[in-house]
Amino acid sequence: MSLPPETGSADTGVIHDIGYRGYRGPRLGRGHATRALFTQSLRAAYGLGRSGKAKVLPMLVLAATTLPAAIVVAFALTTKLDDLGVEYAGYLSSVGMLVWIFLAAQAPVLLSRDLRHHTVPLYFSRPITRGDYVRAKFAAMFCAQFLLMAAPLLVLYAGALLGGMDVGDNTEHALYGLAAALLYALVPTSVALAIAGFTPRRGFGVAAIMGYLAVSAAVAAVAVGITRGTDSADAAQWTALISPDGLVESLVNELFDLGGGLDRRHAPGGVGTAVFALVAVALVAGSYRLLLRRYEKI
Amino acid sequence: MNPTVARLTVRGLLGRRRGLLLLVVPALLLAVSALAAAAHGDEQSLTVKILGELDLGTLVPILGLVVGTGVIATEIDDGSIVYLLAKPLPRWRIVTTKLVVAIGTTWAFAAVPTLFAGLLLYGTRDGLALGYTVAVLVAGAAYSALFLLLGVVTRHAVVAGLGYALVWEALVGNYVDGARTLSIQQWGRAVAQSVAGESAIGSAVPLGTAVPLLLIVTVASTVLASVKLAGLTLTADE
Repeated sequence: MSLPPETGSADTGVIHDIGYRGYRGPRLGRGHATRALFTQSLRAAYGLGRSGKAKVLPMLVLAATTLPAAIVVAFALTTKLDDLGVEYAGYLSSVGMLVWIFLAAQAPVLLSRDLRHHTVPLYFSRPITRGDYVRAKFAAMFCAQFLLMAAPLLVLYAGALLGGMDVGDNTEHALYGLAAALLYALVPTSVALAIAGFTPRRGFGVAAIMGYLAVSAAVAAVAVGITRGTDSADAAQWTALISPDGLVESLVNELFDLGGGLDRRHAPGGVGTAVFALVAVALVAGSYRLLLRRYEKI
Repeated sequence: MNPTVARLTVRGLLGRRRGLLLLVVPALLLAVSALAAAAHGDEQSLTVKILGELDLGTLVPILGLVVGTGVIATEIDDGSIVYLLAKPLPRWRIVTTKLVVAIGTTWAFAAVPTLFAGLLLYGTRDGLALGYTVAVLVAGAAYSALFLLLGVVTRHAVVAGLGYALVWEALVGNYVDGARTLSIQQWGRAVAQSVAGESAIGSAVPLGTAVPLLLIVTVASTVLASVKLAGLTLTADE
């Protein structure tokens, strides 16, 4: 190695004090960092604080899920109906596909990008632990999904009250709807996050989540459809177990005695309800554990 | 066609266990068909339901989406497309090669199982198996071309493709009759119906409309994708 040319004697070097100072303000700690990560992730799920392009899809989906509710309310109000004509929980399952698209598009936004650009180690060099990271992201996606479904329910409920419809009945059914929203925001979301955690490529994550949700739902729907009216119709309801969305729909319908007709999805009997509930819990807990395991060695 | 590009594309699409993931689609179709074949009931409506709704309505669009965007969008996404674009190859040839790979994969993973599922469910009666196989062939090609185009024009190809395949074809098409005219799935059904000569398939579009539209979409998507790839600008994620 060649040495730099000698430019002067060694004793001319001076160290100037240019006033660098360490940080002496309050340290907000782990809890605050986790909460900050949660808020940032929740905002990111809706594209808030991001570029305009990132807002397009979440806002479009939010509008698309809420607008039909507004139309239903407007129709019921102008024609002076004494009933909305729409079941709160049923409304959620009819806009379910839009909710999937939001989930499939935004879950990788929260998880895959950090993995892909190797920013996860930067998070873990701060006070937050791996568990905190998973908890914050999980909570953020759950809240994003819940808000997405709560918005149309609120529109429906407000419309029902403004239209002078039966308060007690509407409150009861709105609460059922809220419970359904809670479950929809928990079960499919946790599965989607687990998938997103294992796919650093965003596009692939989106396709994998959507593929799983759509294909499993289609299989379950076809199984119910082809056995309609036969004596194996009840047995076919068990196929809802493979689809997180169908699972929630069946469980909610059976628990709150909602829906009707031959196409009604329901958990078959008391044993079925218990099994469906257990599987729902197992899916959420399993996905959460899987995510924790995933982030253990990064 | 360029064999090297084709080889690389196949490896990117099916290598490293990704091919196994794609195998889920045919496996699922065959499993459902086998189960349904064992069950009793109106076999014809069963076949129409499984091959029409599950296969042509859900599995083929999703497979087309994964494959069509997988052959090019992933490469654009991680920027490795520049090494391909820097080679002295006309861009249209890159597009056509990738399209051929996409169509071939879609056919292998969707059309072949469709034929088997159809034979398993309903035998050779009414030509249902053959009709749906031909429908999956043409629809699979059109989906591949369309989703490949989406992969070139937008970074959110998968979401846009899902929006088309699920929201437009399934959700809007269910309520709005006019939307069915512009649906690859319905064009496929029209082809299936005329091949099988069986009205149970039920298509909303006459064959005279479906075939030209299928051709136009496939060719126009390929041409547009070539043009877009010729002037591709790589942008960062957001």
